[in-house]
Amino acid sequence: MVPTNYYVILSAILFGLGVFAFIFKRNIITIFMSIELMLNAVNLAFVAFSQALGKVDGQVFVLFVIVVAAAEAAVGLGIIILIARNRQTLNVERVDLLKL
Amino acid sequence: MPKYPMLEYLWIVPLLPLLGSATSGLFGAKWPNKIVNWVAIGSTGLSFLGALEAVREFLESGQVLFHKEFFTWIAAGNFRAGFDLQMDQLTVVMVLVVTGVGWLIHIYASGYMAHEGGYYRFFSYLNLFMFFMLILVLAANYVLLFVGWEGVGLSSYLLIGFYFLKKSAADAGKKAFIVNRIGDFGFMLGMFLLFRAFHTLDFQAIFTSSTLQGWPVELSGHLGTLTFACLLLFMGACGKSAQLPLYVWLPDAMEGPTPVSALIHAATMVTAGVYVVARSHILFAHAPTAMLVVAIVGCATAFFAATIGLVQTDIKKVLAYSTVSQLGYMFLACGVGAFSAGIFHLMTHAFFKALLFLAAGSVIHAMGGEQDMLRMGGLSKKIRWTYATMLTATLAIAGFPPFAGFFSKDSILFSAFGSEPGGYILYGLGLFTALLTSFYMFRLIFLTFHGKQRYDEHKVHVHESPNNMLAPLMILALLSIVGGWLAAPAMLGTGPDYFAEFLKPVFGGVEAAGAEAEAHSLEITLAIVAVLTALLGTAVAYWLYLKRPGKTDALARSMKPAYTTLLNKYYVDELYAAVIVRPLLWISTNVLWKGADVAGIDGAVNGIAEGATAIGDGVRHAQSGNTRSYAVWVVVGALVVIAVIFFWPFGGKAVVGMVR
Repeated sequence: MVPTNYYVILSAILFGLGVFAFIFKRNIITIFMSIELMLNAVNLAFVAFSQALGKVDGQVFVLFVIVVAAAEAAVGLGIIILIARNRQTLNVERVDLLKL
Repeated sequence: MPKYPMLEYLWIVPLLPLLGSATSGLFGAKWPNKIVNWVAIGSTGLSFLGALEAVREFLESGQVLFHKEFFTWIAAGNFRAGFDLQMDQLTVVMVLVVTGVGWLIHIYASGYMAHEGGYYRFFSYLNLFMFFMLILVLAANYVLLFVGWEGVGLSSYLLIGFYFLKKSAADAGKKAFIVNRIGDFGFMLGMFLLFRAFHTLDFQAIFTSSTLQGWPVELSGHLGTLTFACLLLFMGACGKSAQLPLYVWLPDAMEGPTPVSALIHAATMVTAGVYVVARSHILFAHAPTAMLVVAIVGCATAFFAATIGLVQTDIKKVLAYSTVSQLGYMFLACGVGAFSAGIFHLMTHAFFKALLFLAAGSVIHAMGGEQDMLRMGGLSKKIRWTYATMLTATLAIAGFPPFAGFFSKDSILFSAFGSEPGGYILYGLGLFTALLTSFYMFRLIFLTFHGKQRYDEHKVHVHESPNNMLAPLMILALLSIVGGWLAAPAMLGTGPDYFAEFLKPVFGGVEAAGAEAEAHSLEITLAIVAVLTALLGTAVAYWLYLKRPGKTDALARSMKPAYTTLLNKYYVDELYAAVIVRPLLWISTNVLWKGADVAGIDGAVNGIAEGATAIGDGVRHAQSGNTRSYAVWVVVGALVVIAVIFFWPFGGKAVVGMVR
């Protein structure tokens, strides 16, 4: 039996990588993927705690997160395609029309 | 049908001019002058007829006092102020003077103003004035009286500033309004004091109240409620009737058209103060100190204004100071307890002073707008009728028998002579003022109508005024002659003073009993002295201005300081400017405007706005529009929350507890 804290540490590492990539990457698709990475890191933590505490709440949450992530992916990819078409770029720093 | 219909519907009398004012004011702009004439003169004339009928019914009914409540205007707690009108002998005199003289002046104005712009506006204001003046004299309580009081002030302001494009006229209007406001302040305080003492402001309720019956006479040195109330009312009267120290607005008010000067600033409105004092005579009778103040102020004003009148060269200015001086006489009469003499002089003055102004207007009309007497002279042959009527009025005001002014002025001087305390001083000053009066009036006559002609005949086409201007002059001239004859039998010793007898139901309670035989011979003596004084004044004027025309300049040079002081009206305007106006302006500019308004109020409002802008300006840099910076903020925020939960010594547990 793998101890729970291993899962939690792995989850934290994955989440940290996701945050890191989210902040420092410029390509929108990469940023999008880092968000997915963070979501799945959280999922991992949920499942680990669910296992450790012997409750199913965590697993139910995971299912919800997957559903929401799927929906988000659909919308997000649509937005990305539109940005790519309109701006001819995927660099997030060029998408700054709201800037003063 | 009621027995006395006009009395029952007394409100019609003031309402007619109001309707006239509204009609010509609202619709008259496009009407030809003729229709405005019909509306204005018609409404005033009907009002005069209504007043005559009401007076006839009142006298026929033989009541002491007619009083009717038409509707309640203000009701608050136990305070009630109603639209109540009353009529007694005092009101009879006032109403007839106001509507009668007012009507004549309306007719005159239709000729005088014929070529002026804003014709309908002029008559709308003039009718409005008639309405308020009638409210003032018919009111049965102080509150309604005050409505009329303020209303005539408003009309006066509007009419002084009638030529509002001229700065001096607009300024004069403002000056009149503001100076009057100072007096009104006292008047209102007086009303409040009366309400505190009597719990009502109805004339009859106060005058017949048991509180007043049992009120001890407040002897001199004892300053009681009534003394204060009377002095405050008199302060209002000083403002309205141009007495010291609030007389400064009246000479400036001559900026208005001449019919206005005649109606408002000579015959009617300025006598409102005298009317109020006479109306409140029962109160004044309980306050001898206040009476003394009234007498002294009146006498001092009469003298003071007469001295200024000596050297004025503007024909209307002379008459203005003369008006102030004559109003002083009326107050002198009221102050020494001779209320009926004061009202008598009010009436005769209304006749001859209105006539003087209208005749002066006729002269100005003839001279094509010239008002400086030094540029007239020798007009008597060219405008005979104006000359004849003006001479009549001058004889009346100077106090020659049998003209009206002789009787009224004489009864005032007689009353002053017999008054205590200080009767001789008041009499002496009054007599000396009579000398000055006859001097400056004949100076006016000689400068204007006699002597060499001092204008350029080729530039000025002197012409007599049209008939609608001359007719009122003649009627007023007739009244200036016969107006005083009511008192003639007393003077001749063949009967009573019918005017005083007529007013006896009103003033009977407080005035001294009729003149005795001994007093009668005294009155004759005083009358002879007065006539001799007037003759002396006339003779001096004749000698200085006709016999030795150059002498005046030499005289002016030899008494230069006195002459310049008089010419500059004792520097009173300058004094007020230095002591009151300029400090007020300074405070207004530097403290109220730049301090309170700009720095305080504007500063606070603008400061808040600027602060919000500055904060927004600083904070807006957080919103760079760069998506990744937002991401950083999200992460930082999350980290802060986590830090608080886990590491904050106290808050952390609480937050965790909330989560659980």
